[in-house]
Amino acid sequence: MTLLVKKLIAILALAPGLAFAAEGTFPLDRAPDRGDLASLQNGAKLFVNHCLNCHSATSMRYNRLRDLGLSDDQIRQNLLFSADKVGDMMTTAMRPKDAAAWFGAVPPDLSVIARAKASPAGTGADYLYTYLRTFYQDETRPTGWNNMVVPNVAMPHAMWLQQGIRTAKFTDQPDPHEAGKTVHTFAGFEQVSPGTMSQQDFNTATADLVAYMVWMAEPAQATRKRLGAFVLLFLTIFAFLAWRLSESYWKEVK
Amino acid sequence: MGAFKETKLPANAPAAEKALAWVDDRFPASKLWNDQWGQYRAPKNFNVWYLFGSLAALVLVLQIVTGIFLTMHYKPDAALAFGSVEYIMREVPWGWLVRYMHSTGASAFFIVVYLHMARGLMYGSYRKPRELVWLFGFGIFLCLMAEAFFGYLLPWGQMSYWGAQVIVNLFGAIPVIGADLSLWIRGDYVVSDATLNRFFAFHVIALPLVIIGLVVAHLTALHEVGSNNPDGIEVNDHIGPDGYPLDAIPSHPYYTFKDLFGVSVFLLLFSAVVFFAPEMGGYFLEYNNFLPADSMKTPSHIAPTWYFTPFYSVLRATTADFMYVLMAAVAAYVVFIWFKSRLAFVTKAIIAAIGLVLIIGMLPQVLDAKFWGVVLFGSSVMIIAGLPWLDHSPARSLRYRPDWHKWVYAVFALVFVTLGYLGTQLPTAAFTLISQVCTLAYFGFFLLMPWWSTMGAFKPVPTRVTFTPH
Repeated sequence: MTLLVKKLIAILALAPGLAFAAEGTFPLDRAPDRGDLASLQNGAKLFVNHCLNCHSATSMRYNRLRDLGLSDDQIRQNLLFSADKVGDMMTTAMRPKDAAAWFGAVPPDLSVIARAKASPAGTGADYLYTYLRTFYQDETRPTGWNNMVVPNVAMPHAMWLQQGIRTAKFTDQPDPHEAGKTVHTFAGFEQVSPGTMSQQDFNTATADLVAYMVWMAEPAQATRKRLGAFVLLFLTIFAFLAWRLSESYWKEVK
Repeated sequence: MGAFKETKLPANAPAAEKALAWVDDRFPASKLWNDQWGQYRAPKNFNVWYLFGSLAALVLVLQIVTGIFLTMHYKPDAALAFGSVEYIMREVPWGWLVRYMHSTGASAFFIVVYLHMARGLMYGSYRKPRELVWLFGFGIFLCLMAEAFFGYLLPWGQMSYWGAQVIVNLFGAIPVIGADLSLWIRGDYVVSDATLNRFFAFHVIALPLVIIGLVVAHLTALHEVGSNNPDGIEVNDHIGPDGYPLDAIPSHPYYTFKDLFGVSVFLLLFSAVVFFAPEMGGYFLEYNNFLPADSMKTPSHIAPTWYFTPFYSVLRATTADFMYVLMAAVAAYVVFIWFKSRLAFVTKAIIAAIGLVLIIGMLPQVLDAKFWGVVLFGSSVMIIAGLPWLDHSPARSLRYRPDWHKWVYAVFALVFVTLGYLGTQLPTAAFTLISQVCTLAYFGFFLLMPWWSTMGAFKPVPTRVTFTPH
């Protein structure tokens, strides 16, 4: 098994283009809809505890979390780890230079990541939901972790304590299109040691985290849709009146 | 210029009337209003296609007003630009609304302008004496493309950055001066802070000024020669006893309120996008543009925004193999002109010489396909300006042309949309072949128009407009 993985890694290392092409080929799971305030608050807690250590969200102000039903005091006591004031932005203590040295890449800012990762393959939420749940142990990687959505990702599994340790199984089957060649395909995960959460709870927790990241990518989204309904209602009435007004003039034109 | 004469109004005249008379004695306010709109006689048979002119004017105003508010908070600085857009989206009160109106407005502008141009094509609105109306309008279209291109860099996302890089590099395909020219445009060896600052200057002041000037010229020329109409006949040929055309009505109040109704329906659709689908599935706001610009990471798929893709497809269709097809097309066109046109011998000889130079230039040993791709890309836009001189149809309006002309227009519309769609997709062998066929069809539509537009059985054109009272 490890030999095969090593072979795969060697191939991927030799052909960076291939590794890039591999991204996006793993089918994305549909992220469950977790838009209620309790889920979003849970997601916010997971985000500041597990993501903000390395990543930043510099467009996101801590006390914007008031939109999720939290008070300034609650934010200060439970969520304020990387800043001093609730009016501060969600920055990270890690210096970009250190990050590049430790991980080989600077962790991207997560403010709008849920919008950036949308594609024809699925929404940004689908992408994040699948990505965060498909880490597996891989001793050939510097961090000891690999990922199905982003092969050879620089990021280690941030919530491995919760999910537990898993490895990925691959099978080699003869290529139906080319004799003598084999196709290397993913054949499921294998749980090596259990996490603090059941698989079910971990999926729900990840869904909450993703829902929070979707909210954070556009905090005005709910306002936008609520206001939009009134705007469309007004314009429908306005269009009707404008139509009648226009017709009342055009009656005269013979 | 006579001596100054103060208008005398009775002492008990309303204050507003007195004020207007005072102004009119010093500035032609009432005269301008009446000449340009109030008493401007427009044919009474305008249909829904005639709404897009006023809608384009509305979107222009929306873009300018929202643009002014965005400029108050946006930072034209490579280190700050991306963050400042998110700052507008989150921290500026109503900033998200202003930004979405502006980003949706950019796409809406092209939608209404393309429909406005399609109207001109269908009813022959560019035909004599409206050639300058068309040329000023074409100028607006060119400036609008430049305005959109410059503006698209400002959010400083990945697609902004690499889109600008690709387009500026096109200038590099020009022989001899190309490399220096693209360096001069960028102000740096790669798209950088210098590029962002100059694009900001072009976007917020230079091009808007030119566009407003051209809009004034477009409207002045239109109101000088009078509007065309769906029947493609001159309403000025039938003047009533009051000295006004029989089939025309004052724009105010009739078209004021008809346009207001059009505006209300437009705003309904526009708001549906702004409030419920501002990204429009990645077409109005591209997903990749939510990643900050990174000069070290080239996205796997760089596509321009949807309104440029028909022309971009023409660029991509021009592969090395396709050059031989183009050479054959040029040769065939020269032969066709030689036998089919009634041009003077000298003109034909000049055209043949130009054709020969083009064919030699298209040889892979002379100039590469990339250069010709850029030439065709530019030509596919510029050829639209030639319509007033390419269309020789006896009937202006499609209504009175042979029925098969309608199919020609339908195929042209399909070709344009297909090119647009293909430009958003990753190229494959099949897609490239389709885009090459569409490229030939696109140019064929224009270059063969002098002949096909005169062919077929034309229907009798009425002397008075077709109008059903409401």
